[in-house]
Amino acid sequence: MIPTDYALSHSDLDAITTLIRLRYGYDFTNYARASFRRRIQYCMGLAAIDSPQELLFQLTNDPAFFTWLVQSITVNVTEMFRDPPFYATLREKILPRLASYPVIKIWHAGCSTGEEVYSMAILLHEAGLLERCRIYATDLNPANLEKARQGILPLAPMKDYTVNYRQAGGSRAFSAYYTARYDHVIIHKSIRDSILFAQHNLVTDQVFNEFQLVCCRNVLIYFNKELQNQVIRLFHNSLAPLGYLAIGLKESLLYTDLQAQFEVVSAAANIYRRTR
Amino acid sequence: MSHPYPPQIVVIGGSAGSVRVVIGMLETGIFPLSVPVIMVLHRPKNVVSELDIVLSRPDLAVREPVDKEPLLPGGLYLAPQNYHLLVDEGVFNLDTSEPVNFSRPAIDVTFESVADAYAGRALGILLSGANQDGSWGLTRIISRGGIGIVQRPDTADYADMPRSALATNPDALALSPLQIIDYLNNTFVVTNRP
Repeated sequence: MIPTDYALSHSDLDAITTLIRLRYGYDFTNYARASFRRRIQYCMGLAAIDSPQELLFQLTNDPAFFTWLVQSITVNVTEMFRDPPFYATLREKILPRLASYPVIKIWHAGCSTGEEVYSMAILLHEAGLLERCRIYATDLNPANLEKARQGILPLAPMKDYTVNYRQAGGSRAFSAYYTARYDHVIIHKSIRDSILFAQHNLVTDQVFNEFQLVCCRNVLIYFNKELQNQVIRLFHNSLAPLGYLAIGLKESLLYTDLQAQFEVVSAAANIYRRTR
Repeated sequence: MSHPYPPQIVVIGGSAGSVRVVIGMLETGIFPLSVPVIMVLHRPKNVVSELDIVLSRPDLAVREPVDKEPLLPGGLYLAPQNYHLLVDEGVFNLDTSEPVNFSRPAIDVTFESVADAYAGRALGILLSGANQDGSWGLTRIISRGGIGIVQRPDTADYADMPRSALATNPDALALSPLQIIDYLNNTFVVTNRP
Protein backbone atom coordinates (compact mmCIF):
# COMPACT_ATOMS: atom_id res chain seq x y z
CA MET A 1 0.00 0.00 0.00
CA ILE A 2 1.31 3.43 -0.90
CA PRO A 3 1.26 5.91 1.97
CA THR A 4 -1.09 8.83 1.39
CA ASP A 5 0.01 11.26 4.02
CA TYR A 6 3.27 12.90 3.07
CA ALA A 7 4.73 14.50 0.00
CA LEU A 8 8.41 15.25 0.51
CA SER A 9 9.32 18.82 -0.37
CA HIS A 10 12.37 19.78 -2.43
CA SER A 11 14.21 20.86 0.69
CA ASP A 12 13.42 17.53 2.39
CA LEU A 13 14.94 15.73 -0.60
CA ASP A 14 17.99 18.01 -0.56
CA ALA A 15 18.55 17.28 3.12
CA ILE A 16 18.28 13.53 2.50
CA THR A 17 20.66 13.44 -0.49
CA THR A 18 23.17 15.68 1.29
CA LEU A 19 23.21 13.48 4.36
CA ILE A 20 23.61 10.30 2.28
CA ARG A 21 26.43 11.85 0.26
CA LEU A 22 28.39 13.09 3.27
CA ARG A 23 27.80 10.09 5.49
CA TYR A 24 28.01 7.21 2.98
CA GLY A 25 29.54 8.57 -0.26
CA TYR A 26 26.60 7.68 -2.51
CA ASP A 27 25.59 10.71 -4.56
CA PHE A 28 21.90 10.85 -5.45
CA THR A 29 21.93 14.66 -5.89
CA ASN A 30 21.30 14.57 -9.62
CA TYR A 31 18.87 11.71 -9.72
CA ALA A 32 15.59 12.57 -11.46
CA ARG A 33 13.62 14.14 -8.66
CA ALA A 34 10.16 12.75 -9.45
CA SER A 35 11.17 9.10 -9.36
CA PHE A 36 13.69 9.59 -6.54
CA ARG A 37 11.02 11.21 -4.36
CA ARG A 38 8.69 8.35 -5.14
CA ARG A 39 11.31 5.76 -4.18
CA ILE A 40 12.10 7.51 -0.91
CA GLN A 41 8.42 7.75 -0.03
CA TYR A 42 7.99 4.10 -0.96
CA CYS A 43 10.85 3.13 1.38
CA MET A 44 9.47 5.31 4.16
CA GLY A 45 6.17 3.47 3.80
CA LEU A 46 7.89 0.08 4.00
CA ALA A 47 9.89 1.11 7.06
CA ALA A 48 6.89 2.80 8.73
CA ILE A 49 8.75 6.11 8.91
CA ASP A 50 6.35 9.04 9.19
CA SER A 51 8.46 12.13 8.70
CA PRO A 52 11.61 13.32 6.92
CA GLN A 53 13.10 14.09 10.33
CA GLU A 54 12.76 10.48 11.41
CA LEU A 55 14.31 9.34 8.13
CA LEU A 56 17.29 11.67 8.64
CA PHE A 57 17.67 10.38 12.20
CA GLN A 58 17.72 6.76 11.04
CA LEU A 59 20.18 7.53 8.25
CA THR A 60 22.49 9.34 10.63
CA ASN A 61 22.53 6.65 13.27
CA ASP A 62 22.00 3.31 11.59
CA PRO A 63 24.34 2.21 8.77
CA ALA A 64 22.37 -1.05 8.44
CA PHE A 65 19.31 1.04 7.68
CA PHE A 66 21.21 2.80 4.91
CA THR A 67 22.29 -0.54 3.43
CA TRP A 68 18.65 -1.56 3.32
CA LEU A 69 17.62 1.81 1.88
CA VAL A 70 20.14 1.74 -0.97
CA GLN A 71 18.93 -1.76 -1.83
CA SER A 72 15.30 -0.64 -1.84
CA ILE A 73 15.75 2.80 -3.35
CA THR A 74 17.41 1.62 -6.53
CA VAL A 75 14.99 0.08 -8.97
CA ASN A 76 15.81 -3.60 -9.31
CA VAL A 77 13.07 -4.59 -11.69
CA THR A 78 14.44 -6.46 -14.69
CA GLU A 79 13.70 -9.44 -16.87
CA MET A 80 15.47 -11.68 -19.38
CA PHE A 81 15.21 -10.45 -22.96
CA ARG A 82 13.24 -7.39 -21.90
CA ASP A 83 12.01 -5.77 -25.15
CA PRO A 84 12.58 -8.76 -27.44
CA PRO A 85 12.87 -6.60 -30.60
CA PHE A 86 15.97 -4.96 -29.07
CA TYR A 87 17.65 -8.35 -28.66
CA ALA A 88 16.58 -9.36 -32.15
CA THR A 89 18.31 -6.25 -33.54
CA LEU A 90 21.38 -6.95 -31.42
CA ARG A 91 21.51 -10.48 -32.80
CA GLU A 92 20.94 -9.56 -36.44
CA LYS A 93 22.70 -6.21 -36.82
CA ILE A 94 25.28 -5.69 -34.10
CA LEU A 95 26.81 -9.07 -33.31
CA PRO A 96 27.87 -9.75 -36.93
CA ARG A 97 29.81 -6.46 -36.87
CA LEU A 98 31.35 -7.19 -33.49
CA ALA A 99 32.49 -10.54 -34.86
CA SER A 100 35.28 -8.79 -36.77
CA TYR A 101 37.16 -7.96 -33.54
CA PRO A 102 39.64 -10.54 -32.20
CA VAL A 103 38.57 -9.70 -28.65
CA ILE A 104 35.17 -8.16 -27.98
CA LYS A 105 34.85 -6.09 -24.85
CA ILE A 106 31.36 -5.35 -23.57
CA TRP A 107 30.24 -3.24 -20.62
CA HIS A 108 26.78 -3.81 -19.24
CA ALA A 109 26.25 -0.83 -16.94
CA GLY A 110 23.52 -0.97 -14.31
CA CYS A 111 23.09 -4.74 -14.59
CA SER A 112 20.84 -5.07 -11.53
CA THR A 113 20.39 -8.78 -10.75
CA GLY A 114 21.87 -9.89 -14.07
CA GLU A 115 18.87 -11.00 -16.16
CA GLU A 116 19.69 -8.78 -19.13
CA VAL A 117 23.43 -9.47 -19.18
CA TYR A 118 22.71 -13.21 -19.09
CA SER A 119 20.41 -12.65 -22.07
CA MET A 120 23.25 -10.92 -23.90
CA ALA A 121 25.68 -13.75 -23.06
CA ILE A 122 23.20 -16.27 -24.49
CA LEU A 123 23.06 -14.32 -27.76
CA LEU A 124 26.85 -14.17 -27.90
CA HIS A 125 27.04 -17.89 -27.23
CA GLU A 126 24.62 -18.63 -30.06
CA ALA A 127 26.63 -16.39 -32.39
CA GLY A 128 29.76 -18.36 -31.49
CA LEU A 129 31.39 -15.26 -30.00
CA LEU A 130 31.21 -15.84 -26.27
CA GLU A 131 34.72 -17.29 -25.94
CA ARG A 132 36.14 -14.13 -27.52
CA CYS A 133 34.18 -11.77 -25.28
CA ARG A 134 35.07 -10.03 -22.06
CA ILE A 135 31.78 -8.99 -20.49
CA TYR A 136 31.91 -6.58 -17.55
CA ALA A 137 28.61 -6.17 -15.72
CA THR A 138 28.45 -3.43 -13.13
CA ASP A 139 25.94 -2.02 -10.68
CA LEU A 140 26.15 0.35 -7.74
CA ASN A 141 24.24 -2.03 -5.51
CA PRO A 142 26.38 -4.81 -3.92
CA ALA A 143 23.35 -6.93 -3.05
CA ASN A 144 22.28 -6.95 -6.71
CA LEU A 145 25.77 -8.00 -7.79
CA GLU A 146 25.83 -10.87 -5.33
CA LYS A 147 22.54 -12.16 -6.71
CA ALA A 148 23.71 -11.64 -10.27
CA ARG A 149 26.94 -13.56 -9.61
CA GLN A 150 25.03 -16.54 -8.24
CA GLY A 151 22.86 -16.66 -11.35
CA ILE A 152 19.92 -18.10 -9.42
CA LEU A 153 16.54 -16.83 -10.57
CA PRO A 154 12.97 -17.59 -9.56
CA LEU A 155 11.38 -20.29 -11.71
CA ALA A 156 7.99 -18.61 -12.11
CA PRO A 157 8.89 -15.99 -14.75
CA MET A 158 10.94 -18.41 -16.88
CA LYS A 159 7.84 -19.11 -18.97
CA ASP A 160 7.61 -15.40 -19.92
CA TYR A 161 11.38 -15.32 -20.53
CA THR A 162 11.07 -18.26 -22.89
CA VAL A 163 8.47 -16.35 -24.89
CA ASN A 164 10.74 -13.29 -24.90
CA TYR A 165 13.68 -15.44 -26.05
CA ARG A 166 11.69 -16.76 -28.98
CA GLN A 167 10.44 -13.30 -29.91
CA ALA A 168 14.06 -12.17 -29.86
CA GLY A 169 14.80 -14.72 -32.58
CA GLY A 170 15.99 -17.54 -30.33
CA SER A 171 15.40 -20.95 -31.91
CA ARG A 172 17.09 -23.35 -29.51
CA ALA A 173 15.71 -24.99 -26.38
CA PHE A 174 15.83 -22.12 -23.87
CA SER A 175 15.72 -24.61 -21.01
CA ALA A 176 19.22 -25.79 -22.02
CA TYR A 177 20.61 -22.58 -20.49
CA TYR A 178 19.51 -23.34 -16.93
CA THR A 179 18.85 -26.09 -14.47
CA ALA A 180 15.60 -25.97 -12.50
CA ARG A 181 15.36 -27.22 -8.94
CA TYR A 182 12.33 -26.61 -6.72
CA ASP A 183 11.15 -23.05 -7.40
CA HIS A 184 14.41 -21.62 -8.73
CA VAL A 185 16.74 -22.06 -11.68
CA ILE A 186 20.49 -21.62 -11.97
CA ILE A 187 21.95 -20.25 -15.17
CA HIS A 188 24.39 -22.65 -16.82
CA LYS A 189 27.95 -22.33 -15.58
CA SER A 190 29.45 -21.62 -19.00
CA ILE A 191 27.16 -18.57 -19.31
CA ARG A 192 27.74 -17.42 -15.73
CA ASP A 193 31.51 -17.72 -15.99
CA SER A 194 31.64 -15.53 -19.07
CA ILE A 195 30.67 -12.43 -17.09
CA LEU A 196 32.74 -10.43 -14.63
CA PHE A 197 30.53 -8.70 -12.08
CA ALA A 198 31.94 -5.66 -10.27
CA GLN A 199 30.72 -2.65 -8.36
CA HIS A 200 30.79 0.60 -10.30
CA ASN A 201 28.87 3.79 -9.56
CA LEU A 202 28.09 5.69 -12.75
CA VAL A 203 27.89 8.94 -10.78
CA THR A 204 31.22 8.81 -8.98
CA ASP A 205 33.40 6.23 -10.76
CA GLN A 206 35.38 6.65 -13.96
CA VAL A 207 36.41 4.98 -17.20
CA PHE A 208 37.99 1.56 -16.54
CA ASN A 209 38.45 0.02 -19.99
CA GLU A 210 37.74 0.50 -23.68
CA PHE A 211 34.70 -1.26 -25.12
CA GLN A 212 33.18 -2.21 -28.46
CA LEU A 213 29.69 -2.22 -26.92
CA VAL A 214 28.24 -0.43 -23.93
CA CYS A 215 24.77 -1.52 -22.91
CA CYS A 216 22.93 0.62 -20.38
CA ARG A 217 19.18 0.29 -20.64
CA ASN A 218 16.65 1.99 -18.39
CA VAL A 219 19.25 3.42 -16.04
CA LEU A 220 19.57 6.93 -17.48
CA ILE A 221 15.86 7.54 -16.87
CA TYR A 222 16.64 7.79 -13.15
CA PHE A 223 19.07 10.68 -13.69
CA ASN A 224 18.38 14.35 -14.36
CA LYS A 225 19.65 15.99 -17.54
CA GLU A 226 22.91 17.14 -15.99
CA LEU A 227 23.78 13.67 -14.76
CA GLN A 228 22.64 12.12 -18.04
CA ASN A 229 25.15 14.34 -19.83
CA GLN A 230 27.90 13.31 -17.45
CA VAL A 231 27.17 9.60 -17.82
CA ILE A 232 26.82 9.72 -21.62
CA ARG A 233 30.23 11.44 -21.66
CA LEU A 234 31.59 8.60 -19.53
CA PHE A 235 30.19 6.08 -22.04
CA HIS A 236 31.62 8.06 -24.94
CA ASN A 237 35.05 8.00 -23.31
CA SER A 238 34.66 4.28 -22.59
CA LEU A 239 33.85 3.37 -26.20
CA ALA A 240 36.38 2.57 -28.89
CA PRO A 241 35.89 4.68 -32.02
CA LEU A 242 32.86 3.22 -33.84
CA GLY A 243 31.87 1.37 -30.66
CA TYR A 244 28.15 0.80 -30.01
CA LEU A 245 25.95 2.27 -27.31
CA ALA A 246 22.59 0.67 -26.49
CA ILE A 247 20.12 2.56 -24.29
CA GLY A 248 16.51 1.90 -23.24
CA LEU A 249 13.77 2.10 -25.84
CA LYS A 250 12.28 5.26 -24.32
CA GLU A 251 15.59 6.91 -23.51
CA SER A 252 17.06 9.44 -25.91
CA LEU A 253 20.29 11.22 -26.65
CA LEU A 254 18.16 14.06 -28.07
CA TYR A 255 18.10 15.97 -24.81
CA THR A 256 21.79 15.55 -24.04
CA ASP A 257 24.80 17.59 -25.16
CA LEU A 258 26.52 14.64 -26.83
CA GLN A 259 23.96 13.94 -29.51
CA ALA A 260 26.45 14.97 -32.23
CA GLN A 261 29.09 12.52 -30.98
CA PHE A 262 26.93 9.55 -31.89
CA GLU A 263 25.17 8.31 -35.01
CA VAL A 264 21.98 6.27 -35.00
CA VAL A 265 22.43 2.61 -35.92
CA SER A 266 18.89 1.49 -35.10
CA ALA A 267 16.26 4.03 -34.14
CA ALA A 268 13.74 1.33 -33.24
CA ALA A 269 16.13 -0.51 -30.91
CA ASN A 270 17.80 2.71 -29.74
CA ILE A 271 21.34 1.63 -30.62
CA TYR A 272 23.95 4.28 -31.43
CA ARG A 273 27.54 4.28 -32.56
CA ARG A 274 30.33 6.54 -31.45
CA THR A 275 31.54 8.59 -34.37
CA ARG A 276 35.30 8.90 -34.45
CA MET B 1 -15.77 24.57 -6.07
CA SER B 2 -14.33 27.61 -7.76
CA HIS B 3 -10.83 27.72 -9.12
CA PRO B 4 -9.23 31.09 -9.69
CA TYR B 5 -6.82 29.83 -12.37
CA PRO B 6 -7.41 27.52 -15.32
CA PRO B 7 -5.47 24.22 -15.02
CA GLN B 8 -2.03 24.04 -16.60
CA ILE B 9 -2.22 20.34 -17.32
CA VAL B 10 -4.84 17.67 -17.98
CA VAL B 11 -4.15 14.05 -17.10
CA ILE B 12 -6.58 11.33 -18.19
CA GLY B 13 -6.56 7.80 -16.78
CA GLY B 14 -8.50 4.85 -18.13
CA SER B 15 -8.60 1.09 -18.35
CA ALA B 16 -11.09 -1.35 -19.85
CA GLY B 17 -13.72 0.53 -21.86
CA SER B 18 -11.83 3.81 -21.88
CA VAL B 19 -10.31 3.80 -25.37
CA ARG B 20 -13.75 4.26 -26.93
CA VAL B 21 -14.35 7.31 -24.72
CA VAL B 22 -10.94 8.79 -25.52
CA ILE B 23 -11.48 8.34 -29.27
CA GLY B 24 -14.86 10.05 -28.89
CA MET B 25 -13.21 12.97 -27.13
CA LEU B 26 -10.50 13.28 -29.76
CA GLU B 27 -13.13 13.30 -32.52
CA THR B 28 -14.92 16.36 -31.14
CA GLY B 29 -12.33 18.77 -32.44
CA ILE B 30 -11.71 20.49 -29.09
CA PHE B 31 -8.09 19.30 -29.12
CA PRO B 32 -5.40 20.50 -29.06
CA LEU B 33 -6.08 22.28 -25.79
CA SER B 34 -3.94 25.21 -24.71
CA VAL B 35 -2.17 22.94 -22.18
CA PRO B 36 -0.44 19.53 -22.34
CA VAL B 37 -2.72 16.49 -22.06
CA ILE B 38 -1.37 13.20 -20.72
CA MET B 39 -3.21 9.92 -21.17
CA VAL B 40 -2.49 6.84 -19.09
CA LEU B 41 -4.38 3.88 -20.51
CA HIS B 42 -3.78 0.34 -19.31
CA ARG B 43 -2.32 -1.95 -21.95
CA PRO B 44 -0.67 -5.36 -21.95
CA LYS B 45 3.14 -5.31 -21.87
CA ASN B 46 5.51 -7.08 -24.25
CA VAL B 47 3.05 -7.16 -27.12
CA VAL B 48 3.44 -4.55 -29.78
CA SER B 49 0.80 -1.90 -29.20
CA GLU B 50 0.02 0.77 -31.74
CA LEU B 51 -2.40 2.67 -29.56
CA ASP B 52 -0.61 5.95 -30.27
CA ILE B 53 -1.24 5.40 -33.99
CA VAL B 54 -4.83 4.30 -33.37
CA LEU B 55 -5.52 7.47 -31.38
CA SER B 56 -3.72 9.84 -33.74
CA ARG B 57 -5.66 11.72 -36.38
CA PRO B 58 -4.31 13.41 -39.49
CA ASP B 59 -4.23 16.81 -37.80
CA LEU B 60 -3.69 15.59 -34.25
CA ALA B 61 -0.66 13.51 -33.30
CA VAL B 62 -0.65 11.43 -30.12
CA ARG B 63 2.93 10.73 -29.01
CA GLU B 64 4.54 8.38 -26.57
CA PRO B 65 7.09 10.66 -24.94
CA VAL B 66 10.71 9.68 -24.43
CA ASP B 67 12.53 10.36 -21.18
CA LYS B 68 13.23 14.09 -20.52
CA GLU B 69 11.04 15.22 -23.40
CA PRO B 70 9.51 18.62 -22.59
CA LEU B 71 5.74 18.92 -22.11
CA LEU B 72 4.41 21.35 -24.69
CA PRO B 73 1.11 23.25 -24.68
CA GLY B 74 -1.29 21.48 -27.01
CA GLY B 75 0.70 18.24 -26.82
CA LEU B 76 -1.19 14.95 -26.57
CA TYR B 77 0.91 12.36 -24.78
CA LEU B 78 0.29 8.67 -24.20
CA ALA B 79 2.12 6.82 -21.41
CA PRO B 80 4.33 4.17 -23.10
CA GLN B 81 3.89 0.47 -22.35
CA ASN B 82 5.88 -1.06 -19.54
CA TYR B 83 6.96 2.24 -17.96
CA HIS B 84 5.49 4.49 -15.32
CA LEU B 85 5.21 8.08 -16.54
CA LEU B 86 6.13 10.94 -14.22
CA VAL B 87 6.60 14.67 -14.73
CA ASP B 88 8.87 17.21 -13.08
CA GLU B 89 10.20 20.64 -14.02
CA GLY B 90 8.34 20.62 -17.33
CA VAL B 91 9.76 17.35 -18.65
CA PHE B 92 8.69 13.71 -18.65
CA ASN B 93 10.45 11.17 -16.48
CA LEU B 94 10.05 7.48 -17.20
CA ASP B 95 10.38 4.82 -14.55
CA THR B 96 10.54 1.01 -14.72
CA SER B 97 9.91 0.29 -11.05
CA GLU B 98 7.42 -2.32 -9.87
CA PRO B 99 3.89 -2.31 -11.29
CA VAL B 100 1.34 -0.54 -9.06
CA ASN B 101 -2.18 -2.02 -8.94
CA PHE B 102 -0.74 -4.70 -11.27
CA SER B 103 -0.25 -1.95 -13.83
CA ARG B 104 2.69 -0.28 -15.50
CA PRO B 105 1.93 2.40 -16.48
CA ALA B 106 -0.17 2.97 -13.38
CA ILE B 107 -2.64 5.84 -13.26
CA ASP B 108 -1.94 6.44 -9.56
CA VAL B 109 1.75 7.03 -10.27
CA THR B 110 1.17 9.64 -12.97
CA PHE B 111 -1.63 11.36 -11.05
CA GLU B 112 0.55 11.63 -7.95
CA SER B 113 3.46 13.00 -9.93
CA VAL B 114 1.25 15.57 -11.67
CA ALA B 115 -0.20 16.57 -8.28
CA ASP B 116 3.32 17.05 -6.89
CA ALA B 117 4.50 19.07 -9.87
CA TYR B 118 1.40 21.17 -10.60
CA ALA B 119 -0.49 21.20 -7.26
CA GLY B 120 -3.68 23.26 -7.69
CA ARG B 121 -3.12 23.69 -11.44
CA ALA B 122 -3.82 20.03 -12.28
CA LEU B 123 -6.99 18.54 -13.75
CA GLY B 124 -7.35 14.77 -13.43
CA ILE B 125 -9.97 12.79 -15.34
CA LEU B 126 -10.67 9.13 -14.60
CA LEU B 127 -12.60 7.03 -17.12
CA SER B 128 -14.04 3.53 -17.42
CA GLY B 129 -12.13 0.59 -15.99
CA ALA B 130 -12.39 -2.66 -14.09
CA ASN B 131 -10.05 -2.04 -11.16
CA GLN B 132 -9.18 0.61 -8.56
CA ASP B 133 -6.20 2.28 -10.19
CA GLY B 134 -6.51 6.07 -10.18
CA SER B 135 -8.66 6.48 -7.04
CA TRP B 136 -5.70 7.18 -4.80
CA GLY B 137 -4.01 9.41 -7.37
CA LEU B 138 -7.17 11.45 -7.78
CA THR B 139 -7.24 11.98 -4.00
CA ARG B 140 -3.71 13.26 -4.31
CA ILE B 141 -4.67 15.73 -7.06
CA ILE B 142 -7.73 17.01 -5.18
CA SER B 143 -5.94 17.29 -1.84
CA ARG B 144 -3.29 19.50 -3.48
CA GLY B 145 -6.03 21.83 -4.74
CA GLY B 146 -6.49 20.38 -8.23
CA ILE B 147 -9.72 19.33 -9.92
CA GLY B 148 -10.93 15.73 -10.19
CA ILE B 149 -13.46 14.50 -12.75
CA VAL B 150 -14.78 10.94 -12.91
CA GLN B 151 -16.78 9.39 -15.74
CA ARG B 152 -20.32 8.82 -14.45
CA PRO B 153 -20.47 5.07 -13.68
CA ASP B 154 -23.75 4.54 -15.54
CA THR B 155 -22.07 5.77 -18.74
CA ALA B 156 -19.00 3.54 -18.36
CA ASP B 157 -18.56 0.13 -20.01
CA TYR B 158 -16.76 -0.94 -16.85
CA ALA B 159 -17.98 0.95 -13.79
CA ASP B 160 -15.64 -0.37 -11.06
CA MET B 161 -12.92 2.21 -11.53
CA PRO B 162 -15.23 5.27 -11.63
CA ARG B 163 -17.27 3.90 -8.72
CA SER B 164 -14.19 3.34 -6.60
CA ALA B 165 -12.90 6.83 -7.43
CA LEU B 166 -16.19 8.49 -6.52
CA ALA B 167 -16.42 6.54 -3.27
CA THR B 168 -12.97 7.72 -2.17
CA ASN B 169 -13.29 11.23 -3.64
CA PRO B 170 -16.61 12.89 -2.76
CA ASP B 171 -15.29 16.19 -4.13
CA ALA B 172 -14.76 14.80 -7.63
CA LEU B 173 -17.26 15.76 -10.34
CA ALA B 174 -19.18 12.84 -11.87
CA LEU B 175 -19.75 13.65 -15.54
CA SER B 176 -20.84 11.80 -18.66
CA PRO B 177 -18.39 11.75 -21.59
CA LEU B 178 -20.35 14.56 -23.27
CA GLN B 179 -20.27 16.64 -20.10
CA ILE B 180 -16.52 16.05 -19.82
CA ILE B 181 -16.08 17.40 -23.34
CA ASP B 182 -18.21 20.44 -22.46
CA TYR B 183 -16.20 20.96 -19.32
CA LEU B 184 -12.90 20.92 -21.24
CA ASN B 185 -14.38 23.15 -23.91
CA ASN B 186 -15.54 25.73 -21.38
CA THR B 187 -12.37 25.58 -19.33
CA PHE B 188 -9.83 25.84 -22.11
CA VAL B 189 -11.07 26.68 -25.54
CA VAL B 190 -13.55 29.35 -24.50
CA THR B 191 -11.71 30.94 -21.62
CA ASN B 192 -8.44 31.07 -23.53
CA ARG B 193 -9.81 32.56 -26.68
CA PRO B 194 -8.64 36.15 -27.12
